[in-house]
Amino acid sequence: MASIISIENLTKTYDSGFQALKGINLDIEQGEIFALLGPNGAGKTTLISIICGLVNPSGGQVTADGHDIIKHYRQARSKIGLVPQELTSNAFESVWDTVNFTRGLFGKAPNPKHIEKVLRDLSLWDKRNERLMALSGGMKRRVMIAKALSHEPRILFLDEPTAGVDVELRREMWTMVRELRESGVTIILTTHYIEEAEEMADRVGVINQGEIVLVEQKQDLMRKLGRRELRLALREPLSNIPAGLKDRDLSLSEDGYQLTYRFDSQQDDTGIPEMLATLNDAGIDYKDLQTRESSLEDIFVNLVHRND
Amino acid sequence: MNFYSIRAIYLFEMSRTWRTLLQSVATPVISTSLYFVVFGSAIGSRMVEIDGVSYGAFIVPGLIMLTLLMQSISNASFGIYMPKFSGTIYEVLSAPVSYLEILIGYVGAAASKSVILGLIILITATFFVDYSIDHPFWMFSFLVLTSITFSFLGFIIGIWADGFEKLQIVPMMIVTPLVFLGGTFYSIDMLPSFWQGVTLLNPVVYLVSGFRWSFYGLSDVHIGVSIGMTLGFLALFVAIVWWIFRTGYKLKS
Repeated sequence: MASIISIENLTKTYDSGFQALKGINLDIEQGEIFALLGPNGAGKTTLISIICGLVNPSGGQVTADGHDIIKHYRQARSKIGLVPQELTSNAFESVWDTVNFTRGLFGKAPNPKHIEKVLRDLSLWDKRNERLMALSGGMKRRVMIAKALSHEPRILFLDEPTAGVDVELRREMWTMVRELRESGVTIILTTHYIEEAEEMADRVGVINQGEIVLVEQKQDLMRKLGRRELRLALREPLSNIPAGLKDRDLSLSEDGYQLTYRFDSQQDDTGIPEMLATLNDAGIDYKDLQTRESSLEDIFVNLVHRND
Repeated sequence: MNFYSIRAIYLFEMSRTWRTLLQSVATPVISTSLYFVVFGSAIGSRMVEIDGVSYGAFIVPGLIMLTLLMQSISNASFGIYMPKFSGTIYEVLSAPVSYLEILIGYVGAAASKSVILGLIILITATFFVDYSIDHPFWMFSFLVLTSITFSFLGFIIGIWADGFEKLQIVPMMIVTPLVFLGGTFYSIDMLPSFWQGVTLLNPVVYLVSGFRWSFYGLSDVHIGVSIGMTLGFLALFVAIVWWIFRTGYKLKS
């Protein structure tokens, strides 16, 4: 698939000497939802800020929809919408005015129909005449998204979109982001809520200490790095793991009622039938069993710690 | 040129003015009226004429100049400082606008407001003193040029300032003394010759003198020098703004 954002050898060293980005290479494909994960201070926001024109790069090149973000900043930026991490607003302005202001600022002719649609989609239509200072945090977040969508961008950056947002609004936002993707908008979101990436992303990139550690299709990543667990709820507690199973990756809960078996889901031979047979032979009875896939969170923690 | 962007910034800034009408229009009009009452009518009636112009009329150009300088600086500095303070500056920086367009929007709005205020004060003055305008074209040109020039200075201060205190320091500590000592209330001929020489180092002298010339044909320095000095300030401030944008000083890291 064609890439809509192409980042080559991007570096950033702040005046303080802090090297925030150390040669980033990354391609974002058109129409995907790309989740950029990383711990605090990993360089996520710096990366987005450079692409959007808020921070000057120290080296390297970025193109957005084929336009160099510095040489052809007008074409590049008119394609991009940004929802920054911090909630900022002109407290005394109305919702309607502030969203229209952004559209104008991005060089687009007024289009009340489009603004109305954006506000309705974000459940802001009823609040259009309210001043921003009268809105709750969640509503302000919606206003910032509405502003970013006011000029019909093809690329949308969501920097920690659901930080400090309640569960209901988070779900609504996820739905909205999926709808945007359906309409052809490419979405790049940064998050440290792994749940969010797991729920939404097509591809996941992990950034740590200014370097891209990994970029994968989410499914592949889950499959490749995913470990599965089989949990057995025992009828009678065990004091230790049966002798015949000592060489397997097994662990016993403290109360002795739960036996957990870890296996690689990629392997044809998971070893499950043999293990269950051994348990039967040993006369160990169980009342329930469940398998669980390791989450992106586990994967992420592993990756970040491996690099420490 | 990105017309819609300029319009958005300009209208946003002007709407701030209308929203705070009392503060942004009434306050300067009232304070200037007080000057007219005290210095123009009350004290002025006991003062001798200066070069054939009554004292009340003599101070009209200087008082308008005082308002223009203070308002241009405070409007423009506030206009760019507020988005920096609240964080909404991200929008302007990430928008497909050139620095020139940003300037036209912010400086244009600040200067427009100053020109409007200057004209309002000019009208207000008719209630207190009799004055004439010998060169209306030059009067208006000075009004506009001064507003633009000092809106540039305000823009620079707004970018430089990282707190509300700094925003106030330059107008209060530098501009006010320069205006008061710059011939607003007197002709510099009235000073001993040593202080006349010192006064000529005050840039505001040239602005007030030129502006007063457009009213009464009287000036402390030649009108050509006044125009030249005003354009000189404009060029200086434009150069500083250009440097700010080129380096991203206090705007982009």
